[in-house]
Amino acid sequence: MTKANRGARAYSAGATPYLYLAPAVVLFTLFIAAPRGYTPDLSLRRVQFSGLGLGKKSRTEIFVGLDNYRTAVADGEFWAGWLRVLGYATLVLALMLGLALVFALLLDSARVRLARFSRIAIFLPYAVPGVVATLLWGFLYLPSLSPIHGTLRAFGFDNVDLLSPSTVMFSMVNVAIWGGTGFNMLVLYTQLRAIPRDYYEAARIDGAGELAIALRVKVPILAPALVLTTVFSIIATIQVFTEPMTLRPISNAVSSTWSPLMKVYRDAFVTGDLYSAAATSLVIAAISVVPSLLFMRLVRRQAFGEER
Amino acid sequence: MTTKGVRRPLGLAPTAVLLLGALYCLLPVCWVLAASTKTRGELFTTNAFTPGTGFFSNIADLSEYRDGIFWQWMANTALYAGVGALLSTAVSVLAGYALAKFRFFGRNVIFNVLIGGILVPAVVLAVPQYLLLAKAGLANTYWAVLLPSILHPYSIYLARIYASAAIPDALLEAGRIDGAGENRLLRVVAVPLMLPGMVTIFLFQFVAIWNNFLLPFIMLADDERFPLTVGLYTLLATGANQPALYNLVITGALLSIIPLIALFLTMQRYWRTDLSGGSVKS
Repeated sequence: MTKANRGARAYSAGATPYLYLAPAVVLFTLFIAAPRGYTPDLSLRRVQFSGLGLGKKSRTEIFVGLDNYRTAVADGEFWAGWLRVLGYATLVLALMLGLALVFALLLDSARVRLARFSRIAIFLPYAVPGVVATLLWGFLYLPSLSPIHGTLRAFGFDNVDLLSPSTVMFSMVNVAIWGGTGFNMLVLYTQLRAIPRDYYEAARIDGAGELAIALRVKVPILAPALVLTTVFSIIATIQVFTEPMTLRPISNAVSSTWSPLMKVYRDAFVTGDLYSAAATSLVIAAISVVPSLLFMRLVRRQAFGEER
Repeated sequence: MTTKGVRRPLGLAPTAVLLLGALYCLLPVCWVLAASTKTRGELFTTNAFTPGTGFFSNIADLSEYRDGIFWQWMANTALYAGVGALLSTAVSVLAGYALAKFRFFGRNVIFNVLIGGILVPAVVLAVPQYLLLAKAGLANTYWAVLLPSILHPYSIYLARIYASAAIPDALLEAGRIDGAGENRLLRVVAVPLMLPGMVTIFLFQFVAIWNNFLLPFIMLADDERFPLTVGLYTLLATGANQPALYNLVITGALLSIIPLIALFLTMQRYWRTDLSGGSVKS
């Protein structure tokens, strides 16, 4: 390895930076690069049984080319899962980020009382694991336990089943909004607090009200942060797994292949077909690569564009 | 900000909207607080938010369940999250410091490759990670959950931003002129300056590991090694058809969020999502 001396802005110190980077690079190789390289390899193979399929010798791994991909793409249930997740993700993104933006703007306006209490309370669900959040709401969806049904009845909605095939998606959206709004609100709010206050004075002198300042000054400044939180949320919602998995025990409406990731899990660990699970997971990765690349460009431009 | 009340009138509507949001976020937490104090009978008969009389018997029941396996899950989770976040912070800070403060061959390539790790969806890694760890004989061990949790590309990214902002180059230069070795500079100059950022990285990683479900769910078969998330999931899966077990699940859910909420409320000033400011203010 050569020492690079061009542009002496940061210090060059021989092996030291490599030493400091070594743990990260080793872990990256073992737990990200190697598995990532292994998946395409797996996806092109299949186990073939000969004879009765008993004993070690009768089980051989054969190369099947793109067969697993054909099966994965031809599976209607896989695309039905995508459709469900698409609907779920659209609702979660719109409502969660919309609420996060509204809350952040309200917190930042000088006119609210109890702002600190509200901020802490809204961020609190971040400390609740997805499994527990789903579990709590799951109990709240059960008619035998829930205060929700009583409230609904008071408004004239009788026998609302929050865990039926037609409603369970909305129930899941609610869990995701509950768990995710606070974090996104905090990201946006932190960004807003970094803007110097006198920035708004000019607008105020021109007679702009709080609402006009929020919409015309603050929202444009927040644009990069909004894109960042959106892309992060897209990546997370596409991979939704914990919430539908946890609702399964209490709702018959959630199938074992409700989301694409659940199908990967079922293929790999329930039916034991690792090969088609690998193929399916790569199809999911390919579909989610677009928002990921967008994210990559943003991160580099935002944080290090001006540094180089 | 001291003049806020004087200059502009109190906004009733904004305050109300925020309080409604707060109420919505607190609702399930209040419910579980009340529900965990109820006996089996009270759970289905009394008002959802009135406390019951069975809190201590619920805890006793939960502690007796399968010879106290719940507390084993709690200890496992503390181990995974505590050790994992500690190692993760150390690895991230070392890497971030090297990337921010040294110029060396391959710096940009290494950074881009490491950050690229954010883009690999967990779904692509889950199956092969399991297979590779199984080949190494580590599946269904503590290592299977601990080791993959250490590397966190986003923490490296944060550490790099933080090191750039918090450590003045001049300070390192001065140290080098005085003849301090690199490791000494790291210990005496870099780490103390990066400490607030390290706390933030630790906290976010601690919560991420504490809340993780997919990785331990895939890696572990033996419930002696489960973290709380997987343990509670299996408890729910076995208890869904037996309302008698609801009390255990509810009490377990409450106990599992208390440590995080405590951490969260006591470390308020470190919960920051941008580290570029260079210092942490409350």
